[in-house]
Amino acid sequence: MTVATWARRHVLSTEDWSRDEIELVLENTSAMTEVLSRPVRRAPPLRGRTVVLFFAEASTRTRVSFELAAKALSADVVNISAAGSSVEKGETLLDTVRTLDALGGDVIVMRHSASGAPYFVAARTTAAVINAGDGWHAHPTQGLLDAYTLRAALGDLAGRRIVVVGDVLHSRVARSDIHTLVPLGASITLSGPPTLMPSAWRCGALPPGVTYEPDLDRALDGAAAVIALRLQRERAESGLLPSLREYARTWGLNEARVARMRPDAPVMHPGPMNEGIEIEASVAHGARSLIAAQVTNGVAVRMALLYLLAGHPS
Amino acid sequence: MVLPARADLERRGLLVVPGFVDLHAHLREPGFEDSETIATGARAALRGGFTTVCAMPNTEPPIDSAGLVAELMAKGAAADAARVLPIACITRGRRGADLADLVELARAGAVAFSDDGSPVSDSRLFRSALEYAQVAGRVVIEHPQDVSLSGNGVMHEGAASAGLGLPGMPAAAEETAVARDLALARLTGARLHLTHLSTRTAIELVRQAKADGLAVTADVTPHHLALTDEWVSGSRRFAWEGSEEDARQGAAIPYDPNTKVNPPLRTRADVEACWAGLRDGTIDAIATDHAPHASIRKEVEYQDAAFGISGLETALPLMLAGVSAGRAPLETVLRALSEAPRRILGLADTGDWIAIDRDAEWTVDALELGSKGKNTPLLGRRLTGRVVIAVVNGKVRYDAGASAAFA
Amino acid sequence: MSILLTADDVRRAITRIAHEIVERERDFSQLAIVGVRARGDMLATRLRDALRATCGREVPLGLLDITLYRDDLTRIGYSPTVHRTDIPFPVDDRVVILVDDVLFTGRTVRAAMDALLDYGRPRAIRLAVLVDRGHRELPIRADFVGKNIATALGDDVRVRLVESDGRDEVELAQKVPA
Repeated sequence: MTVATWARRHVLSTEDWSRDEIELVLENTSAMTEVLSRPVRRAPPLRGRTVVLFFAEASTRTRVSFELAAKALSADVVNISAAGSSVEKGETLLDTVRTLDALGGDVIVMRHSASGAPYFVAARTTAAVINAGDGWHAHPTQGLLDAYTLRAALGDLAGRRIVVVGDVLHSRVARSDIHTLVPLGASITLSGPPTLMPSAWRCGALPPGVTYEPDLDRALDGAAAVIALRLQRERAESGLLPSLREYARTWGLNEARVARMRPDAPVMHPGPMNEGIEIEASVAHGARSLIAAQVTNGVAVRMALLYLLAGHPS
Repeated sequence: MVLPARADLERRGLLVVPGFVDLHAHLREPGFEDSETIATGARAALRGGFTTVCAMPNTEPPIDSAGLVAELMAKGAAADAARVLPIACITRGRRGADLADLVELARAGAVAFSDDGSPVSDSRLFRSALEYAQVAGRVVIEHPQDVSLSGNGVMHEGAASAGLGLPGMPAAAEETAVARDLALARLTGARLHLTHLSTRTAIELVRQAKADGLAVTADVTPHHLALTDEWVSGSRRFAWEGSEEDARQGAAIPYDPNTKVNPPLRTRADVEACWAGLRDGTIDAIATDHAPHASIRKEVEYQDAAFGISGLETALPLMLAGVSAGRAPLETVLRALSEAPRRILGLADTGDWIAIDRDAEWTVDALELGSKGKNTPLLGRRLTGRVVIAVVNGKVRYDAGASAAFA
Repeated sequence: MSILLTADDVRRAITRIAHEIVERERDFSQLAIVGVRARGDMLATRLRDALRATCGREVPLGLLDITLYRDDLTRIGYSPTVHRTDIPFPVDDRVVILVDDVLFTGRTVRAAMDALLDYGRPRAIRLAVLVDRGHRELPIRADFVGKNIATALGDDVRVRLVESDGRDEVELAQKVPA
């Protein structure tokens, strides 16, 4: 039996994770999916621990997912959201961190619109910090649950080419998917409008295992899977895109495009979806779609991380 | 304090040179005294070896009237540390809409004009400024930045910003602005000084312009000669150091707001171009762009942090490190720190001098910095080289304790 | 270092336990075996096979990973990996025989019972262990024991099984006095 180790205090980004660390989380995620399938969907390792959900940027699905995960491990949960909190009243992040630290949570799960905010918080608190999404930078739990979902569907990801299409420039999901899928052996083809792709990546200085193909049809030819990213409507108003209609026609996932992939290739989306823009309803709810599995697996992945950070003695 | 003999100091192994002249520093007074005052800035300047420091006018109110110039000079004199010379605004209120009374400002004591912090984006107005400044007899110092291209960027646009998920300021935003500035300098025949250049392409444009005979000068900052955009990702190695240095220094936490500066820290190729410019004279001077900030402006999310590095006290050791690494001869660097800024501003040699201990090792400690601005990414870093004595107007105005050795 | 149980001893112990189960448990229709990871699940599988062989009875088999149920004192030297639990039958009203390799402080068995009770309400829980080495910290006892061994607290009892270690044996490594 291999003896795994876990030494991380925080989960801020999976960019510097080893393959072994990713595999450990995926292994534990499998065990957690079993816990969620029991009559009593609960286990005790975080009993007496407090998980603080600090969501300075609004999100229902991710927050609820973390809340379910924490409760499934018997933790107490405290919610701090942007609306109506001191964050809204103009309290600085520094003040908020000091308050959180004084209140004494064991784990802080945070989502924030500023890239890097979790590093700021982690440096100023004794709690463990899990990044639930920071600006454009990282969404490590999404990257891990996407890896878990794809592995469950496809098996070994070595040699599999996965297309990630959409507004990559502003996407923390795209970055985190690269960080987890490439170490597991997959290659990533990024696709989308050139104005919504980081210029360094468009001009060839891509991370290892990643290529760029603006033509989505060509990118999907023979691909093993596709992940569609949410397109925010404001992008069309900001001079980066001519119109949502043009985006939907050129980079939207429709039946014809999806059929260009391998026959068993699944379709994924981090949610929430703009049906009719980046993905057609029939594709989103069709046979290839793993979107519902992503949501289910999300709770299990988050349980796995909470256990490693606060339930496992290290 | 007894004035030590220069020869004595040299015998003890110290390097005795003319005092440095910083043609670009922000002393924050009036208006932002929580970040720095003229007194604290002038003292910090001396500690860094700058016996003359020029104060940029982006204060509150901005220095666009003779009265404010006079007030600044009086405060500088009262500080009794480095000489403080005022730079006055190009445009009234620094609003970039119409010219300030440049002739009157020059007569009141302004040594140059600049709207630094901002470019003068209106090209027609900038042309007028260049033409009119000639009769005022002072050089125009322009901060070259195409603000529509740089947008809401907070760091250099490149591979590092792509990975960090931060909006970037492309090199092109400096290049297009410099191109415009040089075209207008050519059109007007005026003297122009471009401050804090940071990109390979902009420096190349200046090189060509100088070859063409344009009366343009340029400076770079010490941080643009040593640090790269990788510092935002957490690297702590100087541009010429190998990756082992990161292992030695230990990686820093990414998104340190002390790395946020405008123009941003750029790539290694850009840093190399800055050194090449210094070596071949394309870059005339080194100026600190000392930009102190109270911690409430910096201890926030990266995107909200103020731009600026507090640089007066770390300029010398950074430059000495570059010299040790063979980036440029010591002579070139020393000239860029004293003779060239004097020449650009048309200042007489004051005879001020400093003594430097090239081998003194010290750690950058917030509590020991003289400036109120502790915002430097070099906090905690061990540096080599420091000023031990600074003599202004024939009197020792700064003594790091070296005089005890000569008692 | 001494060998407490040879491969033959292990085999005989399992067979004997199987016989004891047949003797004591009258209602086989409600019986189930759940092995506690790691090694307890391998022993449970062998026990299930032994029951099948000696009396033709098919007893449902499950395996339990108790990582999430451990208390502080059983966590020393722990791997952070949580493996899957698999209980492929309803637990309600069953007589569940928990199987583990070594019974020591009793904390592992306590955790296993807590885990099992999250699956339903068994009629009874029995405990079968290969080795009982004493030093209980909780009021727990085994119903079926392969061998009772007197040990010192600092001693190390090492169980090896063919499935995981290539051979069957139980070894006692005595603590070297300071």
